Amino acid sequence: IQCLQKRCLALSVLLLAQLSDAAKNFEDVRCKCICPPYKENSVHIYNKNISQKECDCLHVVEPVSVQGPDVEAYCLLCECKYEERSSVTIKVTIIISLSILGLLLLYMVYLTLVEPILKRRLFGHSQLIQSDDDIEDHQPFANEHHVPARSRSRANVLSKVEYAQQRWKLQVQEQRKSVFD
Amino acid sequence: MQWRDNQRGLKQFSQLSLLSSWDCSHIPPCPAFFVCFVFLVEMRFCHVAQAGLKFLSSSNPPISASQNARITGTHYTMTNGGSINSSTHLLDLLDEPIPGVGTYDDFHTIDWVREKCKDRERHRRINSKKKESAWEMTKSLYDAWSGWLVVTLTGLASGALAGLIDIAADWMTDLKEGICLSALWYNHEQCCWGSNETTFEERDKCPQWKTWAELIIGQAEGPGSYIMNYIMYIFWALSFAFLAVSLVKVFAPYACGSGIPEIKTILSGFIIRGYLGKWTLMIKTITLVLAVASGLSLGKEGPLVHVACCCGNIFSYLFPKYSTNEAKKREVLSAASAAGVSVAFGAPIGGVLFSLEEVSYYFPLKTLWRSFFAALVAAFVLRSINPFGNSRLVLFYVEYHTPWYLFELFPFILLGVFGGLWGAFFIRANIAWCRRRKSTKFGKYPVLEVIIVAAITAVIAFPNPYTRLNTSELIKELFTDCGPLESSSLCDYRNDMNASKIVDDIPDRPAGIGVYSAIWQLCLALIFKIIMTVFTFGIKVPSGLFIPSMAIGAIAGRIVGIAVEQLAYYHHDWFIFKEWCEVGADCITPGLYAMVGAAACLGGVTRMTVSLVVIVFELTGGLEYIVPLMAAVMTSKWVGDAFGREGIYEAHIRLNGYPFLDAKEEFTHTTLAADVMRPRRNDPPLAVLTQDNMTVDDIENMINETSYNGFPVIMSKESQRLVGFALRRDLTIAIESARKKQEGIVGSSRVCFAQHTPSLPAESPRPLKLRSILDMSPFTVTDHTPMEIVVDIFRKLGLRQCLVTHNGRLLGIITKKDILRHMAQTANQDPASIMFN
Repeated sequence: IQCLQKRCLALSVLLLAQLSDAAKNFEDVRCKCICPPYKENSVHIYNKNISQKECDCLHVVEPVSVQGPDVEAYCLLCECKYEERSSVTIKVTIIISLSILGLLLLYMVYLTLVEPILKRRLFGHSQLIQSDDDIEDHQPFANEHHVPARSRSRANVLSKVEYAQQRWKLQVQEQRKSVFD
Repeated sequence: MQWRDNQRGLKQFSQLSLLSSWDCSHIPPCPAFFVCFVFLVEMRFCHVAQAGLKFLSSSNPPISASQNARITGTHYTMTNGGSINSSTHLLDLLDEPIPGVGTYDDFHTIDWVREKCKDRERHRRINSKKKESAWEMTKSLYDAWSGWLVVTLTGLASGALAGLIDIAADWMTDLKEGICLSALWYNHEQCCWGSNETTFEERDKCPQWKTWAELIIGQAEGPGSYIMNYIMYIFWALSFAFLAVSLVKVFAPYACGSGIPEIKTILSGFIIRGYLGKWTLMIKTITLVLAVASGLSLGKEGPLVHVACCCGNIFSYLFPKYSTNEAKKREVLSAASAAGVSVAFGAPIGGVLFSLEEVSYYFPLKTLWRSFFAALVAAFVLRSINPFGNSRLVLFYVEYHTPWYLFELFPFILLGVFGGLWGAFFIRANIAWCRRRKSTKFGKYPVLEVIIVAAITAVIAFPNPYTRLNTSELIKELFTDCGPLESSSLCDYRNDMNASKIVDDIPDRPAGIGVYSAIWQLCLALIFKIIMTVFTFGIKVPSGLFIPSMAIGAIAGRIVGIAVEQLAYYHHDWFIFKEWCEVGADCITPGLYAMVGAAACLGGVTRMTVSLVVIVFELTGGLEYIVPLMAAVMTSKWVGDAFGREGIYEAHIRLNGYPFLDAKEEFTHTTLAADVMRPRRNDPPLAVLTQDNMTVDDIENMINETSYNGFPVIMSKESQRLVGFALRRDLTIAIESARKKQEGIVGSSRVCFAQHTPSLPAESPRPLKLRSILDMSPFTVTDHTPMEIVVDIFRKLGLRQCLVTHNGRLLGIITKKDILRHMAQTANQDPASIMFN
């Protein structure tokens, strides 16, 4: 589980890094010109999808009620800014966050609701695991460095996962005790 | 095993050794000496020594296969406190290095001196071997560069995670209002990015963005839609808050809170296992997004520091240089916290200074350069992700170029006083509330508490447009000065100039009705935020303090700014205004007052000085405003210090009972070491071990009966002359492993801490040599040493305990906990609140 998490983190970092220079969507660039009030006009904003070279007032602003030589005077007051964003980054980020959130929610529901029900059904089996864990606790410093004999003999992946999960649950319980008092 | 046959020869050789384990004070300064020594060893005991040295260098020790798996080389000789002295190593070959010796228990303090010695010896070993072969050379280069690699990876990860958090939090915050039908993943601003609306008032409306009222009941305006929006806002806020607190409670309880007090304690040498782990990282990232989106009065800067430190901790486990040495790991964590602040504020230099001033305990120069590098890498990664579409790192980057005038220093200092007062009030109120939460039954229902706080915040925040906004956006609006284009009600001034004379600097104008109503709403928002932040900081979701304090300060500053501006307009014939302000010219910029107020409030609550000023002027790009910022920050610090010396983080450290010896506090009492040391008059005598008179049973009994973390070793009960110091954890591990691995160790075996075992009768069981776990150079002071010097020694060297001698004989021991209790007593605080060692 730990390796998987590490890989997920590395993958998402790589993905984000790659996407930052992915192909720009046509809609992802714009030139935004803000023009202050002039004569009868109030404040106006003009947006257009133009490259950075053409991002100035004359290309973007097509004022409705200002004609002729006034247009240039109007344009002198306008402020034009070139902005770009990466919609792919946004999409991927939101999807990644929501999927991680969804997975965590499912796991949380499983841990809090489903697992106790399953445990009650397999009561005998779970009691064995509980007593093994108690024995683990009495050896105060054994956890980090000694591979306990129990899991050395059963090299089963599932049992390793279960053992890791039990240990993690104990750690979380300790944390909960010290934080929530 | 081959080397056991050469025991006699090794013993003879060992008398030439000058070194003993951990005795760094005697280590010969010249590496050449060591090389000669090694050469001699190689000459005389070629195959044994080669076995020994190869064993040290971790390639293929000629030992049985069952031990091969455990000995992965430099780890275990280092954890044995292994010095480069060959004689103790050759002796160590007789008893293999004991795995687990040299590591620390949870909630214990590390031994800085031991860790630094270990690192220096490791470095010496690698350097000495680097000329042997190209492979060794590569290994030494890799070792030298591994620090930079860790820091780079940390910066990359911090920047990436900060970008993820920013984008997700933005989207979820807007989810409370409505949803973008064409692309569900866009927030309001991104949804209306390509809108063709041309009028300024309509710029936020676009057909793709639908509020919940529009979706559910089909109306966009009217009281029905207002109530529907209100209900949906509360619903989303509550569900986000509930999700956040449940995730924290089920998966990683350490992810709650700000994280900075605990990181400060960890960096001072405390061990909290799991606080910087993978689950904490993942849960903190996700729940931070949820907590910010639920509209609670909290920020994400403190939790970002925690996230960055988690990344630093995780990456340091990839490199043996950092994973086995707790002191070196803390250098990486210092750099990581700089990266955290750098991505939070877009202020790399401010981040380094924050790490130096607030978070780190020891900050060697090498860490300075590495922190700067980490902060830059993180800022660069965040910029390339470009979360806000404007190539800025923080939402409220504003650029000012308007000048400030000398008379404005007076309102700035007033803002500083306000910041200091608010800081002192907040610290007292928040600590009282947190203490109540800890001590009464109310603290047993954290989920309920979070939901109640979120409900109250949502219900009160929705009607006021200034509190409905995201706090960062509120700060941006307050910082931004009113130009010709602003149309918010804050900028509703009465224009009585001709439209054709609009220039960049709008002259001072009388306020319109919109401004007055905005000021009322801002006052209400101020009171609301002040009260809610007291209850919100410390709840069991990730919560930061920077943004709420800056918001409070910005609101207060803007109100003061508008007041001064109107004063300057209506009374422009007063002396102070006539000097500097011309009629019809732009004189006062209220946005600047907001900035200064924000800095003052943040300084009042955290008591930061230089780092705060640098962060704020990196945020705003306004180098002209350093003097007002410094004036306000200094004033707020002085006013805050008048009420209490601790900032909010030190106060939380004290509340949680962590053993943090603050480097900023001064100890000025005239007590002596004899007054603080243990045992006191009525206590049982000092629990000591003798050099070679105790059996394994005696030691085990002593360990079981007492709860001390370490025992001094003396020569004999009559002479009481000090030999060294042995730690409880090391003794337990050594004895357990000896019982399992060595033959003939029983309960009545003698334990020998000396170099030469005493002569025993023939039928007695094999003695157990534990010299390798003994610290031969414990720090000692005499009983007449003033406590000022003792406290200084503890601070500067990072000691855990110090032995007290009288006329050369061991008298007692002073531990860090004793010092903290003594300091608490002399400051009239409760000494029993120090809980950990």
